[in-house]
Amino acid sequence: MKLRGKVHKYGANVNTDAIIPARYLNTSNPDELAKHCMEDIDRHFLDKVSPEDFIVAETNFGCGSSREHAPVAIKAAGISAVIAKSFARIFFRNAINIGLPILECDEAVEESDTGDILEVELASGEIRNLTKNKLFHANPYPDFMLELISTGGLVEYTKRKLRAERAIE
Amino acid sequence: MTLAEKILAAHSGKDRVAPGELVNVKVDLVLSNDITAPIAIREFERIGVKKVFDPRKVVMVPDHFVPNKDIPSAEQAKIMRQFALKQGLVYFEVGQMGIEHVLLPEQGLVLPGDVVIGADSHTCTYGALAAFATGMGSTDIASAMACGEIWMKVPPTIKFVYHGKPGKWVGGKDLILYTIGDIGVDGALYSVMEFVGEAIEALSMDGRFTMANMAIEAGAKAGIFRVDDKTLEYVRARAKRTYKVYEPDEDAEYARIIEYDVSRLEPQVAFPHLPSNARPISQVGQIEIDQVVIGSCTNGRLEDLQVAAQILRGRKVHPRVRCIIIPGTQQVYLEALRARLIEDFISAGAVVSTPTCGPCLGGYMGVLAAGERCISTTNRNFVGRMGSPQSEVYLANPAVAAASAILGRIASPEEVMN
Repeated sequence: MKLRGKVHKYGANVNTDAIIPARYLNTSNPDELAKHCMEDIDRHFLDKVSPEDFIVAETNFGCGSSREHAPVAIKAAGISAVIAKSFARIFFRNAINIGLPILECDEAVEESDTGDILEVELASGEIRNLTKNKLFHANPYPDFMLELISTGGLVEYTKRKLRAERAIE
Repeated sequence: MTLAEKILAAHSGKDRVAPGELVNVKVDLVLSNDITAPIAIREFERIGVKKVFDPRKVVMVPDHFVPNKDIPSAEQAKIMRQFALKQGLVYFEVGQMGIEHVLLPEQGLVLPGDVVIGADSHTCTYGALAAFATGMGSTDIASAMACGEIWMKVPPTIKFVYHGKPGKWVGGKDLILYTIGDIGVDGALYSVMEFVGEAIEALSMDGRFTMANMAIEAGAKAGIFRVDDKTLEYVRARAKRTYKVYEPDEDAEYARIIEYDVSRLEPQVAFPHLPSNARPISQVGQIEIDQVVIGSCTNGRLEDLQVAAQILRGRKVHPRVRCIIIPGTQQVYLEALRARLIEDFISAGAVVSTPTCGPCLGGYMGVLAAGERCISTTNRNFVGRMGSPQSEVYLANPAVAAASAILGRIASPEEVMN
C-alpha cells in the first residue's frame, strides 16, 4: 500500500482533546467528528488537508482519553497515516483497530516539515521525503496488519476471517 | 514476577509471563459509558454475535453527558440503555448511577486480582484494589464483549517507592501530580506503575484510587497497589463473589525503581496545559480564578468531600467565584448529606450537582468561557478540556481547591485555616 501526500507537522503530546474535543462527542458519526478534527490547536486544519496527507508529530501522539473518535476523526478528515516519534498506547491500538496506519520513525519526524511531500510504503516501512529527497525507515507492517488496515479495521478483518474459516469447513 | 505479571499470567492460563510477551487474557469485567458504548455496540453488532459472553461481566454506566445534556447525548444514552436492557447487562440508571470509576469499586464489582478493561482511559483507577485494569477503545471493547478475552502485550513494571509521612494537606493527588511532574506525561508509557512505601501504606483507599486514576496521565497502561488490611477491609464489606490476592515475588524484576522522600512534599498544582506542569503550592504566585470544581473520578469520593467541607465550613466562597461540587455517586452524595457536608457547601455558597463527569471534559455543568480560569480536582488540563480553547485549568487536591474558592485565587489551605 503506497500513500502519498503532504505533511502537517505538530509538536509533542498532541492529546485526544486536541484531536477531537469532548464537546463534540455527543455523536459518533465519522463525518461530523471530522469537521472538528484538531480545531482547538489548529483552527484551519480542515482547510489545509487534502486526501492522503500525513500528520507528522513528536512524541506521545494521542495521549489522554480512550476515545476511538480520535483516530476516526483523523481518518475521516482524509489523513492517510500518522507518523510520530511515539504514540500513546490506547491511541496506538485504536488506530490499528479502525484501520488508520501509524508509523514510528524519529528521523522522518525530525527531518520533515509542514508542506513537504512524503511517499510511504507500509509493507516495507519506507518513508520517502520527495521535497528533501531523503529516505527513512520505519518498522514494516506485517501482512496480517496490512490486510487488517486495507479491509478497514479489526471488525471487518475478523468477519472476513470467520467467513473464510467457515468456507473451509 | 511482579504483581501485574502474576495477574496476567493467571488470566492467560500460563505459569509465567514476561514483559513484551503477547498474551490472550480472560477478562473479569468489561466496562463502557454513554460516549464509548454506542460505538462499541455498533461494532459488536457488526461482528454478528447475538449475545455478550456473560451479561454479569459487562457493565454500562451513563455518566459522561448524563443526565442527558442535549438531544444528541440523549440519543446516545438511549442506544446504550436499550442494548443493556435487551442483553441483561449490569446497568445503572439515573438515580443509581454515579461516575463509573467511583461507582464500580463502591458496588463491589471490581475485586483484587481481577482483570478489567474499560472503554474509558481512567479504568486504571481499579489498580488501587490490586486489580489489573486498563483503558481501551470501543472496538477492543466490542471484541471483548463478544468473546470475554482480549490480547495484550505484557507491560514492564516501574516501581515507585514513597518514603516518609507527608503533611496534613498532602494527599494521593499530590503524590501522583508530583510523580507525573517528575517523569513526564509519557514517563511510564506502555508500563505499569506499582506504588509502594511508607506513604502509600498510610494512604486511605480513597487516596489510592486517586493515584491509580492518574497513572494514565503518565502514559501508563495501569497503576497498581498491593493488597493490605485497608484493601481487605474495603473489599470485605462489598464483595459478592470470591477473589484472589496476588503478591509480587521477592525477586520480581522491575524496569526501573524510582524513590521519593515525600515527608516535606507540599500540595501540588499542575499548571496549564499538561498534568506534568506540577509546582509546589508555595511557588504558584498570584493566580485569580473564576471557577472551582471539586469532584470527578479522581477526587469525587467521600474523603475528598470531607476535606473540602473542613475548609468551606463556616466560610464563604469568594463572590466572584463559581464553586461546583459533584459527589461521585449517589452513595457518596447520601453519606455527605448525612454528615451534613452538603449543608456546609450550600451555606458557603457552592452548588452541589448530581453525579456526572460533566465539566471535567467540558461537557456541561460548568463549561468555561474564553479567558476564564478554573482550579479543579479533575485529572486533565489540556487545551480546551473544560470548555473554550482559550480557557485554563489548574489541577489540585480538594483542600487547595476549597481554599482557592474562598480566596478567589489559587491558595494553600493553610492560608484559610490559620
